[in-house]
Amino acid sequence: MRELKKQGGGFLLEDLQPSEIFTPEDFTEEQRMFGQTAEEFMDREVLPNAEKIEQQDFHILKTLMKKAGDLGLLSVDIPEAYGGLGLDKVSSMIIAEKLAKQGSFSVTWGAHTGIGTLPIVFFGTEDQRQRYLPGLASGDLIGAYALTEPGAGSDAMNIQTKAVPTPDGSSFVLTGNKQFITNAGIADLFIVFAKVEGEHFTAFIVERDTPGLSIGPEEHKLGIKGSSTCSVTFDGVKVSQDQVLGEIGKGHRIAFGILNIGRYKLGVGAIGASKEALKIATQYAKERVQFGKPIAEFGLIQEKLAWMALRTFVTESMAYRLAGLFDEILQPLNPQDPSYPQQIWKGIAEYAVECSILKVYGSETLDFVADETVQIFGGYGYTSEYPAEQIYRDSRINRIFEGTNEINRLLIPGMLMRWALKGKLPLIPKAAATLKESLTLMPSRLSRPEGPLGEEIHMLSMAKRLTLVLSAVAANRFKEQLREEQEVLAALANMVMEVYAFESALLRALKTKSPLMEDAVRLYAPAALRSMEEQAYHVLPYLAAGDELRTLLSTVRKLAKLSVLPDRIQLQRSLAKKVIEKGGYPFGT
Amino acid sequence: MKIVVFFKRVPDTGIPVQVNETGNDIVRENLNYVVNPYDEFAIEEALRIKEKVGDAEIVAVSLGDDGAKETLRNALALGADRAVHLKVPTTAFVPPDVTAKAFHQFLSQEGFDLVLMGKEAVDDNFGVVPAYLATLAGVPLLTYVVQLEIGDGKVKVHRETDDGAVEVEAPMPCILTTEKGLNEPRLPTLRGIMMAKRKPIDEVEVTLSDSALSLDHMEMPPKKEAGVVIQDEFPKNVERLLEILREKKVL
Repeated sequence: MRELKKQGGGFLLEDLQPSEIFTPEDFTEEQRMFGQTAEEFMDREVLPNAEKIEQQDFHILKTLMKKAGDLGLLSVDIPEAYGGLGLDKVSSMIIAEKLAKQGSFSVTWGAHTGIGTLPIVFFGTEDQRQRYLPGLASGDLIGAYALTEPGAGSDAMNIQTKAVPTPDGSSFVLTGNKQFITNAGIADLFIVFAKVEGEHFTAFIVERDTPGLSIGPEEHKLGIKGSSTCSVTFDGVKVSQDQVLGEIGKGHRIAFGILNIGRYKLGVGAIGASKEALKIATQYAKERVQFGKPIAEFGLIQEKLAWMALRTFVTESMAYRLAGLFDEILQPLNPQDPSYPQQIWKGIAEYAVECSILKVYGSETLDFVADETVQIFGGYGYTSEYPAEQIYRDSRINRIFEGTNEINRLLIPGMLMRWALKGKLPLIPKAAATLKESLTLMPSRLSRPEGPLGEEIHMLSMAKRLTLVLSAVAANRFKEQLREEQEVLAALANMVMEVYAFESALLRALKTKSPLMEDAVRLYAPAALRSMEEQAYHVLPYLAAGDELRTLLSTVRKLAKLSVLPDRIQLQRSLAKKVIEKGGYPFGT
Repeated sequence: MKIVVFFKRVPDTGIPVQVNETGNDIVRENLNYVVNPYDEFAIEEALRIKEKVGDAEIVAVSLGDDGAKETLRNALALGADRAVHLKVPTTAFVPPDVTAKAFHQFLSQEGFDLVLMGKEAVDDNFGVVPAYLATLAGVPLLTYVVQLEIGDGKVKVHRETDDGAVEVEAPMPCILTTEKGLNEPRLPTLRGIMMAKRKPIDEVEVTLSDSALSLDHMEMPPKKEAGVVIQDEFPKNVERLLEILREKKVL
């Protein structure tokens, strides 16, 4: 059993030491070299072809996927026994980040290597793995994942696609329609979800040329236009018994579980895309002259650059902290063990909450960065002649796919509650005790830790307290019916997310002792605490009334009180100066 | 066949450098280092030769401080068989004659059939190490190679010149310097990077010999003064231009 503080969701209940988290400063030389290959592949091969990709030149896209395969960029998460590299998750995330510079390619790659390949890695039989994984690793085969249907988006359990056993029991016949299937137009292989006899949710591996399978026309999308997205129709598609992936009736485990991986990869991709946008916006701000000077010299542009860099920094700190947790749990596993893939699967599921957090926070960071990029470009940002417009369009999908941000917000407290009720996390007693204690606590009298960022360490502990207080109040009020209270759940999710974000940035700054990161945290901390306070005000009047409400509001007010307020304008300007000097993301990698 | 490829680790030319306060070096903190781009053509060519002839050993060599190991690891990831780090006790400027002597010492112990190296390093742009080295080693030197064939103990190369190319032949052992256009350097594969860990990097301490050169000082190029934009219509603008040129005594 892992220490509580390193369990999924454990960060809410216990504090980690700075030395206990993984940060990008801990990358090994080898990991940096992997990143370099990925980055140079993008610069040399993909970006020069970006225009053709956007025009849906699928021949180019497939050629690039094959080249990515030759370099090993498709085999990162595939065990060595099946033609893969079996790399650690830090490496896997570095590569995902670097490949995110071009949205359409990144989505194609992500769908292929993630939801298109990993179900076979984790749930395939030996025969299925041997048959498909080497081709998926090399790029000779392209994978896709077909879950969504016209009537089953977020409500994925409601799929109507049926798998009917043939009378002799040797095969199944699939009938139904799948929609918005990424890579459908170029895929050779589909992971298809259907209900056996209309009720047993089951996954199948279906090859493209199976009779009865047809691909619809390309969707006309807002962004990532160069990626392929089509419907897939199954009209009496006969697949043999050995194409069943995993167990009959247990397909939902694959369908939902695999999304954990999709989610953290999406979050990490958002970092790469944000850094690229920041670079482009900074360069433009340095060149664009108005009122006789480059607009980068104006305070309001600097404010934008500073926050773009800051939120990217926070997301990066969250992502690699999670990667480090994954590797701690996954590294000791023995790849020779027949249950190895299943153990990896379980290890990742341990951090399902953090995966959802990263998905939501990352996609919203990217949307913020993309939006400010357009704003910095001004009128030119609104034209397709300049890159800002595409960045803006491409970023938007991230809040929708891999589970909408709304669904993920519900999942965060939902999973925590489930673990609490199962006794996996001692959340309930801890929240109750924190609530009781907080009513009489005098935060202003608490001594602050010595050393740099002492005030921010105090603020983080108040942030955790605030989250637990609100959780206790919400749980007391609604008990198990809390799961129906979406607005309350979302507010809790926002608080949990902010704790993880704030803590990841703070611990990283403390660990590296970088003055730039310390200043970043000084700038971020008050905003984090205030946004959490606002979440509490948003829902408390719904959760309590009268004296109880008054007591709770004053408790929130004192916990969220900022006793020292840094000069945020100066902090923003000096951070922006670093961004401008560096020509983009200033925090190292 | 033994192919030696020399590498230099240089500051990324995409990031502006600053001269330090004493003017004896650039500011080294926070620099991003890369492999000298011309050396990438050299290792790529070595790999292609090995792929063609089969029986060849590629030895990657770099002189420098501990950072040189990073460059060598990259060479190993690309496919070099082993690497030698000629370790010097300084991060600062090493004069080209000193480098050439160190390379020569290495080559006389190691032996070689072919040396490939970039035509120059993009940090100090001396471009004289190959010539110095060839003189010390007493072997032919073919510079600015853009095309290369090997056979019968000989190399046949195209050298780029201002108005075309010259085809030259020389017996091995010899030294070739590589020019842009020779080939399209590959990227290290992830597997190559993983394999690089298992290949040896030998470390040899190098004592720096005396140099005929000494570094006097470094300075930043003078800042360009703001230009003048003449916005008049023709022919007034030409008259104005002539006026300025006369004022500046250019005409």
